[in-house]
Amino acid sequence: MIFIIKVNNRELEWYEGMTIEDIFKIKNYTWTKIIVKVNKQVIDEENYKITIVNDGDDVQMLHLLAGG
Amino acid sequence: MDINKLKEGRKLLKEFKYDLGSIEKGYTNRTLYVNISENKIESKEVTPLMKEKFIGGKGFGLYTLWHGTTPSTKWNDPENEIVISGGPVCGITQYPGAGKSLVCSISPMTDIPIDSNVGGYFGPYLKFSGWDALEVQGKAENDIVVFIDGDNGVVRIEEAPLEAVDSHVIAEQLTEMYAENEADKRNISVISAGTAAEHSRMGLLNFSFYDVRRKVQRFKQAGRGGIGTVFRDKKIKAIIIKFSNVKGDLNNAVDKAIINKAGLKLHKEMHYLDDKQNRMRQVGTAYSQEIMSAYDLLPVMNFQYGGHEDVKKISPDVFKNNYLTQGMADGCWYGCSMACAKTADGFELLTGPYKGQKVTVDGAEYETLAGCGSNCGIFDPRAILEINFYCDTYGIDTISYGTSMAFVMECYERKIINKEFTGGLELKFGNFEDSIEVLHQMSRGEGFGLILGQGVHRMKKIFAEKCGADPDFLFDIGMEQKGLEYSEYVSKESLAQQGGFGLTNKGPQHDEAWIIFMDMVNNQIPTFEDKAEALYYFPMFRTWFGLYGLCKLPWNDVTPANNKFTSEPAKIPEHVQNYLDVVYGVTGKKLNTTEMVRESERVYNFQRIFNIRLGKGLRANDKIPYRSAGPVTKEEYEARQERFDGQLKEILNYDVEGKTTEEKMAVLRKHRESQYEKLIDAVYKRRGWNSNGVPTIERLKDLGMDLPELIEVVKDMQ
Repeated sequence: MIFIIKVNNRELEWYEGMTIEDIFKIKNYTWTKIIVKVNKQVIDEENYKITIVNDGDDVQMLHLLAGG
Repeated sequence: MDINKLKEGRKLLKEFKYDLGSIEKGYTNRTLYVNISENKIESKEVTPLMKEKFIGGKGFGLYTLWHGTTPSTKWNDPENEIVISGGPVCGITQYPGAGKSLVCSISPMTDIPIDSNVGGYFGPYLKFSGWDALEVQGKAENDIVVFIDGDNGVVRIEEAPLEAVDSHVIAEQLTEMYAENEADKRNISVISAGTAAEHSRMGLLNFSFYDVRRKVQRFKQAGRGGIGTVFRDKKIKAIIIKFSNVKGDLNNAVDKAIINKAGLKLHKEMHYLDDKQNRMRQVGTAYSQEIMSAYDLLPVMNFQYGGHEDVKKISPDVFKNNYLTQGMADGCWYGCSMACAKTADGFELLTGPYKGQKVTVDGAEYETLAGCGSNCGIFDPRAILEINFYCDTYGIDTISYGTSMAFVMECYERKIINKEFTGGLELKFGNFEDSIEVLHQMSRGEGFGLILGQGVHRMKKIFAEKCGADPDFLFDIGMEQKGLEYSEYVSKESLAQQGGFGLTNKGPQHDEAWIIFMDMVNNQIPTFEDKAEALYYFPMFRTWFGLYGLCKLPWNDVTPANNKFTSEPAKIPEHVQNYLDVVYGVTGKKLNTTEMVRESERVYNFQRIFNIRLGKGLRANDKIPYRSAGPVTKEEYEARQERFDGQLKEILNYDVEGKTTEEKMAVLRKHRESQYEKLIDAVYKRRGWNSNGVPTIERLKDLGMDLPELIEVVKDMQ
């Protein structure tokens, strides 16, 4: 059985113990200004490594605009 | 450099003396008109209507240009104008990024108005010298300079036969000539173009600011749309301004305390957060090079691809560690703690007329790195800096040059053009030596440089006529729209950004809307209505900076620590409030966010109607080259096959099994082109335009822009 979470409203395969930091690696997100919310709750950058996401969670990783 | 000899060549054509006047709430309430055909100089009044509906900056530029020209004016007609205006906030030193001016003219590339924003000291000095705008009209018989003495209230037009044309030389000559001593050099700002601006359509203007630490004139560029070409066509070598008493309160602001408060808050953010965020103070706008590649957004080889493994060779740290000097005064106006104008000092040139000289290179900025680097397959930092330097001093827009050269290189590799046609130059991707020779040819006015200098729009026609190329294919791969070359982002996977480029007034330049992340990565604007709302709000909001004399970068290249807790973090609400406070502080005008956008919308619609007045500005003119929306060639498709196949299956329920690449490309293309048409419908509706892209009279009335001259243009097109 495949478990799914949503990242930016798109499905991502989930596994037990998956952290926010893991999602950054899977998605190859390297932008410098990303706001992370799990089920609408803001997660601080220093907690990415220890924040575990659960099956069915709604994760938002909002890349902010930049540039002139 | 014998300054006395240069002076001996001068001949005074006109001298105009004026009262220095005063600045009240950010306005001098008059503009300076200089006609170089008739050698006429006069002061014009700024009317209440101008201030109410056009604000300043780009608004004043477009308004003045409209009234100085006719529906049949071409870029090289004497009546075409170059208008420079800062705006009411321009010149304050308490809030970062407040030294911008906007330059407007009818463009040699697009044949419609172009606006280009620029830093440097000229804009603020113009206001402090007594003028809200400078309007230059006419065409001189011989090379001239215009000198504005803001200390003594004198304007002069002089013939200047002996001065150089290339910017890094003439700026030094004129600074030396007009400054009384070393300390006085910071009081001089020079506008110049360059030799290649004389022989191409993509000429730019360099606006100087004197770097007291490096002891050299540095430049910021009004780059887009060929205003430098207009400048040299008018036989202007330079416009010089001198103002000697810069202070923080010259705008006679209504409430200095509120400006100071907003400024201090932003300075602190810059101090504490910039190193963790975009590192603007270390590497400038080039910080995003590798990141864009990782997201498949960096143009590679004429926008065919969005990333390349060699991008690490031109990463920001390569420049920082090997070329850019750190800890210097890199703000292009006083008080800007973002200080993103990075510089390579003591850079030794390997080619061209200045070979062997050690020079200061302003940059390279992101657009130059992407346009003249990865988009041309050049991943050598040294080569890019050399191209950057020569583009600047020759007066050439690095975006138009980079995108044009990338187009030429693809045509060369596809054997659409050959070595015979290029005069022996092997213009393959990555060939720095032969491609920079084209730049030198542009300066000398010879060879293939004359062709490249026409830009992509005209090269498509030339290659079809002279080389028998398929015009449809050239339309697909030639990254220009309205005659202007695309700036340097791959928009294939973001429908909203296709509109962000395609539904602009002046042509595909990212300064109206950069919403790729919102759309493609964040998936925040999934419906047509969502995208239309973004393509309403952001272009209007970003237009606003150009009305007041502000730089956009401090708005969104650093963000407050608490921004993540706001309801609309993409808009950076705290910074928007700062701007409302600053405008109140200078002008006494209390705006809210709705009124802020409406101010822009008035000028935005005016510009759209200006385009229509000149025969463009309609739906047909908003068509985009397919490469900006999807894969044109088999190689492009197959390089991202998994993605495209997946989209065909998921979005269109199309069975890709057993289908050829060509069959799949055709289905994808039909879908993407229809999506763009639907986007246009949604955006036009949101902006209050009819299905042909014409502003409705109802909308104009709602905005208070039902001016007789505008109604006259649109009344039969409703």
